[in-house]
Amino acid sequence: MNAIIISAVWGVLMMYAGFFLQSKRNIQVLAIAGICLMIGAAAYEFLSGLPLFAIDTKGMLHYSNYALAFLLIILVSTLIYFILSGDEIDSAGKSSSDLYALVFFILTGIAVVAGFRSLLMLFLGIEIVSIPLYVLAGSDKSNLKSNEAALKYFLMGSFSTGLMLMGIALIYGDTGSFYLDAIKAGFGVLTPMKGAGLLLILASMSFKVSAAPFHFWTPDVYDGSPTVFTSFMSTIVKSVAFYAFLTLFDQAFGKLHEHWKMLVAIIALATLLIGNITAVFQQSVKRMLAYSSIAQAGFMMLSIFAINTFAKQGLLLYFAAYSFATLGVFAVLSKMKDHSIDSFNGLSKTNPLIALSVLISLLSLAGIPLTAGFFAKYYMLLAVIREGGMLWLVVTAVLCAAVSVYYYFRVIQAMYFKDSAEDASPTFSPYFKWVMLLNAILILVLGIHPDLILNLI
Amino acid sequence: MFAAVDNFPALLIWIPLLGGLFSFFLKDAKQAKSSAIVFAASSLLVLMVSMNYAGKGSQLLNQVSYEWLSAIGSNFSLILDGLTRTMSLLTAIVFLIVFVLVPSDQYKHANRFYGLMLLTQCGLVGVFMATDALVFYLFWELALIPVYFLASIWGGEKRIKATFKFFIYTFIGSLLMLVAILYMYNKTNATSFGLAEFFNLKNTATEQYWLFSAFFIAFAIKMPLFPLHTWQPEAYEQSPTPVTMVLSSVMVKMGLFGLLRWVLPLFPLAVKEFNSILLMLIAVGIVYASLVAMYQDNIKRLIAYSSIAHIGLMAMGILTLKEVAVVGALVQMFNHGINILALWMIAYIIERQTGTNAISKLGGLAKKAPVLSIFMVIAALANVALPLTNAFVGEFMIFNGIYQFNKFLAAFTGLSIIFSAVYSLNMIKNVFYGTASQSSEVFTDIKGVQIILFIILTTLILFVGMYPQPFFQMFSDALGLILTRYNS
Repeated sequence: MNAIIISAVWGVLMMYAGFFLQSKRNIQVLAIAGICLMIGAAAYEFLSGLPLFAIDTKGMLHYSNYALAFLLIILVSTLIYFILSGDEIDSAGKSSSDLYALVFFILTGIAVVAGFRSLLMLFLGIEIVSIPLYVLAGSDKSNLKSNEAALKYFLMGSFSTGLMLMGIALIYGDTGSFYLDAIKAGFGVLTPMKGAGLLLILASMSFKVSAAPFHFWTPDVYDGSPTVFTSFMSTIVKSVAFYAFLTLFDQAFGKLHEHWKMLVAIIALATLLIGNITAVFQQSVKRMLAYSSIAQAGFMMLSIFAINTFAKQGLLLYFAAYSFATLGVFAVLSKMKDHSIDSFNGLSKTNPLIALSVLISLLSLAGIPLTAGFFAKYYMLLAVIREGGMLWLVVTAVLCAAVSVYYYFRVIQAMYFKDSAEDASPTFSPYFKWVMLLNAILILVLGIHPDLILNLI
Repeated sequence: MFAAVDNFPALLIWIPLLGGLFSFFLKDAKQAKSSAIVFAASSLLVLMVSMNYAGKGSQLLNQVSYEWLSAIGSNFSLILDGLTRTMSLLTAIVFLIVFVLVPSDQYKHANRFYGLMLLTQCGLVGVFMATDALVFYLFWELALIPVYFLASIWGGEKRIKATFKFFIYTFIGSLLMLVAILYMYNKTNATSFGLAEFFNLKNTATEQYWLFSAFFIAFAIKMPLFPLHTWQPEAYEQSPTPVTMVLSSVMVKMGLFGLLRWVLPLFPLAVKEFNSILLMLIAVGIVYASLVAMYQDNIKRLIAYSSIAHIGLMAMGILTLKEVAVVGALVQMFNHGINILALWMIAYIIERQTGTNAISKLGGLAKKAPVLSIFMVIAALANVALPLTNAFVGEFMIFNGIYQFNKFLAAFTGLSIIFSAVYSLNMIKNVFYGTASQSSEVFTDIKGVQIILFIILTTLILFVGMYPQPFFQMFSDALGLILTRYNS
């Protein structure tokens, strides 16, 4: 509850900050201060169990420890994002304060999604997240590809939202309630109406998390949008969609798990295969990361398939591991002169610290032990094994993880084993270097002690 | 995990780990070399001391278990028993010799070179000591990463492709193993990764078949066994020779070790079911590799193929399940490490001085380097398993076991010994004798430290060849767990 109010207020504040604050530096500092305040408020709510603002939402919003832990991970990721990519946000549009304001409005939506106990709130939250996102995708107004990305995202996004609304209507028609608990109670037997509603919601949620076969918008939108916002979309926003997906299917549709789990397994399988295999052929790191985000979504889909304790714990860990690593790689990528793999050539010689941080991020994405990514993948696999009888899914998933090593390691090879053509290497501020290193250390710490996140729940 | 280091296993992990990290901060190449030697020597020293506490009553010193991930149930458990001690001893010796042998000015950024080498040592020792499946898996991967970087940064022309192939092969295998580990973990009701708990699981025959396959593929890739060996010759050839020494002396033994520690105790039904067909397959692979070795012109590739044959033989010894052959394989794991290290050292010295590995471009080195050729002959004869050399002890016992298993199989596999004599002696003939070629004119003999290193290795070769008894005693305590389920 704290997060909703603070982020909404701070969003408005950021909009007007452009008038009062002259330098972009100050605007950035204000945004970071806002995030820190939100982290503090969320942490307070997590520790004390008491929100700062008491508002009666008629049970439509409720913040469990799980929701707050999720929110904390998202906010910390956003903080890292602001610190690492602040300069790029500044240069993305004419007035950076507007862009920051949009990000804060997205955070409001995220906070709503985090606590939803009613389909109404879910729909509202997802819309609040999506609409500013369409604007961010098109924020590079002079770039045709950015415009294309925004339009594509908007059309496809509103279409899928329409599907979701239809699904919600059907479910409401059958169970007579928007509340998750009431829906769960009414979900004893599968009726055609429930089935149709469930399918529509499954399709639209798969769209939001870019799971195959609803993933076709992803590469174009991620590639066309300004890199700095691609990074935000593919990490933080994706995590939120997955959180909503899991919560909804666990707490509302959990009783019919046996009926829909095969479908989710097939979606997961297709996502894993398509994401990983297509990523192998990409020449641009940005597009490679777009497909890698599909591939990672395939792994996260395994948690939706399993919905047991391991899946829920592991998904939080996955959010952290995936977001931290991807944000780091994207932050460096956005400072490169172009997006080709060759632009990473010889980075270990010109910028050893940056190369080391990117290396750790990539190893984490590939799921190598002692990085957070390993335990994230470990939990997904374990969740499926725990569910029993679906070993083919597990074996395909690990083989896909082996494929993913191929494309992540191409960047590592460029950084460490190739020489840069000329001294066109980008310059990084010392501040940026240290934050990157901290981010990498965070990944390693989570890789050695995943308990830090697992014990939150 | 961060508890006091009052026991040997923890020390053996910490010393190379800290040494590796320390090395990255050193600027001077010579300093890096001496610090690496100091850390490797202290590892060896700790191991030597631990041998005095090998018996009963000193379990606290040789076995530890720290709580690591309480939420998962994984403990950081390590053990130092006879099996582990043999392998750790080999590791410590090999790394120390490599550090002494490689001059500090050979590689750019020598501090990183030595650092990564020490981290590899940490990973290897961890693999050998782990008794918790998750810890085992972690170290298994950790040993791989520094080697990948070592080979890709300082290797030959086609290094990136060759080492990447090596990495992907091993990674696929280890992921399959991870699935099997998770499956068994789930069967313990998600409470433990311990070897002892896995041992008590009642897996049905079908389950065992699948679990066995997953583990066996991982280990077979690592050894490597035919037909999963294709990464190996390229990786050996393209890696810098010091890394190849580590790869072939110690790293490939991870697979054999894995068979002994994990596969044989955990999947008795599957091993009994599959061992005859696997033995035949491996026998074919051994003869094939020996034949290919006969036609190699590159010394490094020749040793690589010869290694496939020898490793295959050890795997056969283990899979026969005869006690004599398993013990033979254990001795041979140590011996082969020493022998092949000597061969690689000779290849390394020749490569450094002449700049080539091609046998056809060499010749007549014996006149220029009589001392080196003496050691070369001893190493090559040990590789052929001539009596009085160490390999004879191991391979004789292995053949004994194979003979008990099946006479024809033993006869067929025996071909490899003949082939091995052919290629080893051919190599000596063409490299050390015959007409001197251009590249061998400027060759100078080894001296100083290098002679001392060779004397140490030769002593080990001959000593174990004549008096292997101490080794048999050393791993007598490890044998029980491996074979108990087969004898009843």
